[in-house]
Formats: sequence, structure tokens, C-alpha cells
Amino acid sequence: MSQKNNKLIDKKGLRLDGRKPDELRPIKIEVGILSNADGSAYIEQGKNKILAAIYGPKEVHPKHLALPDRMILRCRYHMAPFSVQERKSPAPSRREIELSKVIREALEPAIFLEYYPRTSIDVFVEVLQADGGTRCASITAAALALADAGIPMKDLVAACAAGKVDDTIVLDLMDTEDKIGKADVPVALMPNLNAITLLQMDGILSLEEFEKAVNLALEGCRKIYAMQKEALKAKYVNVKEVEE
Amino acid sequence: MPTYFERRQIVTPGDLIAEGDYVAGENTYKENNKIYASRIGLVEYENKKVNVVALRAFYIPRVGDTVIGTVVEIGFNGWMVDISAPYQAILRASNVLSRPFRPQKDDLSQVLDVGDLVVAKIVSYDRTRNPQLSVGEPGLGKVTRGQIMKITPTKIPRVIGRKGSMISMIKQETGCHILLGLNGVILITGKSLEDERLAMMAIRKIEEESHTRGLTDRITQMIREEKGKKGGEK
Repeated sequence: MSQKNNKLIDKKGLRLDGRKPDELRPIKIEVGILSNADGSAYIEQGKNKILAAIYGPKEVHPKHLALPDRMILRCRYHMAPFSVQERKSPAPSRREIELSKVIREALEPAIFLEYYPRTSIDVFVEVLQADGGTRCASITAAALALADAGIPMKDLVAACAAGKVDDTIVLDLMDTEDKIGKADVPVALMPNLNAITLLQMDGILSLEEFEKAVNLALEGCRKIYAMQKEALKAKYVNVKEVEE
Repeated sequence: MPTYFERRQIVTPGDLIAEGDYVAGENTYKENNKIYASRIGLVEYENKKVNVVALRAFYIPRVGDTVIGTVVEIGFNGWMVDISAPYQAILRASNVLSRPFRPQKDDLSQVLDVGDLVVAKIVSYDRTRNPQLSVGEPGLGKVTRGQIMKITPTKIPRVIGRKGSMISMIKQETGCHILLGLNGVILITGKSLEDERLAMMAIRKIEEESHTRGLTDRITQMIREEKGKKGGEK
């Protein structure tokens, strides 16, 4: 892999898809697009296409999982068989089970779980097309689906990754950059409370590089948060004209 | 003590609405002397209290509410009723039968079967126990005829209108009897299917345009136009 170095960023300092190091991929978000789920959201981030749907709060089945003092959040991250180049087995893989947990833990701090004890919220994330950074896009979409379902939340959650490609710290890695690059740091943020709910790192970074990457990712999260808000409000544009 | 949103402005979860000596009302929470929104909705100020009128929410049972539910399960001494809330409600057999319940003799499915609709009142509820229903009042009990429709529970007050102006207008114009379950389920019984359809159409329109100006007048007009059309056909 080391021979491939210095190919991901050209002489002008642009990346494979022509982005600047601190530039996000084009993002399109829609809220409330499924009528059967209690809340839903769809996100396109570059070539990523992800659907999030939620049910609840409702009574827990099986009953023994219910907690007497708070609701439980259950999350399933799943990649469609056609989401990647080679057909992916539809059975949940080790990676998908891990990501389900990671997404759940990124969303949990944002929800008032103690409001409705003995109930559950089920989050379903379906990756239709994957191109790197799906866990972040999934969190972004799932947070919107929760808000769309009317679940009381402390804050929205926006997520974005930063990483190291060649010798540059870059924002929002796509699949190739993630695979051949040197490091990947996904971060999820509750922007108003300024609290990080997810921080992972894959690869090797020096202390300064890490700090730079986290700050860049946080900046990306804030940009995504602005888009999230816009998408959520867009569903209710007709509400702007108001009854006195 | 600044506020960051005007009255009736739309907020999303986490938006900082006000800072300082305010009280957190509906769909808001207070942290470090700051009031944040916890649901998507419209801001309302009520003296020192900050409320958010939710655009999306689910029904939370409250004692005294009249609700319409579906029987989902028959138990040993009562029924489980789905009232489209996070918790299923319990309806005891002794309450419905209004005499002592004899488990050997009485067949509960003869009284209320799975799938039956009931109008009931919530008599007890706290978050540690499922809500309990009662049908021991006039007007409550099994639903035998009419049309059922569901709307977002937060929009029930809009269907009622100021001092009941909206609902009484629809009742008068369509000649239907309309029962509003506070859980967002509405029962409409009229003389004919047409009348019921008309009332349903009006309520759908209210749900869609719930936050627009002069809605009552427009709904009245719509109902009259539709009635005119029907009359012409005949």
C-alpha cells in the first residue's frame, strides 16, 4: 500500500473527487419519507444512500428486556446486499453488529430515556449504497428520524469523520480514502450542548494530528447540523404562515 | 434575560430558546439556566413560562382523558386495549359487566372481542403501571357504528377549535355526531355515509393545515361547496 502514497491528493492539493481537504461531500437530507414508520429520514452523502426508520416508544417485546426506570433503545444497522461492489451477505456481520452498538451509544445521550420507562424505541438503519463514512451518515439520519417521531430529545446528533490521507488531515473520507488512507476518526456531536457522543479512531496519528482531525471533524459536524435543521424544518414549511 | 426565538417561530430539538429566569414548560427542558427545545414545534411564551407546541408527538395517557382504543388481548379478568400510546391500557371485566365477575361462567369474548373498539376514560395512570380504563359513564363503551379516523394527537385541540368553535361547526354542517378521543382517534357517526365522509374530509384538512389563518371559515366553505355538489348530483 505504501507505493500508492501521495496519489490520493494531487499537486494542487485536491482529493480524488476534486474536493479540498476540509470540504464535505454534497449532502441531501429528507425527513419523514416513510408513512408506515413512526419517524424516518433519508440521507445522501456523496455516494452514500442511507435510510433510517424508527418505531416507538412502545411496549417492549420480549417483555423481560424492559427496564423499570427508563426506555431501551434498540438499533439495527444493516447493509443491503447491493450496497457494495461485491454482493454482501444479508446476514448481520460482525461489523454490522458493532456499528449497531456504536450508533445506539451515539444516540442514547440525546434522548430523554427516563421519560417513558418500560418502553422501547427501535431504530432501523438501512444502507442502500455505501461509500465510506456510513456510520456517521447513519447517526445523522437516525437522529432526524427520532426527532421526526416526536421523541423528546436533548439535542440533535450530527456526525462526521476526519482522517489522514497521504500526509494531509482531511474531512469526510470516502471509501477509497478510508481504505488506503492512514487514519479515520469518526466523531458524533450534540452541537448545542457541545458534547461528543462518539469518538473512534482507526489508524495511526500523532497527538497534534489527532487534535487537528478531531477539530476538523467537529467543524464538519456543525456544518451537517445546519443541514439537519434545515431538512427538519423543510417538512413544515407550510407551517410558517401562522394562526393568530 | 434574552430570548432567541419569537413567538410562533419553529424550533428543533436542542435549540436554545431563552436564557435566565424562565420556567421550562411543555416540550422544553432547563439546563444551566438555559431553556432548550426538546421537540420540533412552535415557541409560545406564557409570562415566565416557555412552551413549545409540538408538531410531532405521540399520546401520553392522562387521568380523565376520553380515548378510543382497540381490544388487542383477552386476559383472565379483563382486556388489554391499544390506545395508541407507549403503554397498553387495561380494562377490567368487573368494570364493564357492572356486577361481580364470575370467571367460570362469564365469557369475556362475548362482551368485547379482539378487534372491537371501545370508548373509555382513563381512571388511573402513572409511569410505573399501565393505564386503567373505565366505561362506567354514559357515552362510553363499545363502538357499534360509525367511521374511525386517526390524526396526530397534538392536533386534537385544533379540531376542537377556540371554545369548541371548529368542532361544533362541523357537527352542525354535516349533522354528524363526532367523538374526539384525546389519543388522536376520532369516531364519526352520521345519518349517511356521505355525511360521515364529509366530516372526515374536513378533519383531514384541519390536520394538514392546522397552523394556517382563518381555517374555520375555509372549512365551512369547503363543507358547503361539497354539499352543494352532492345536491346537484341528486
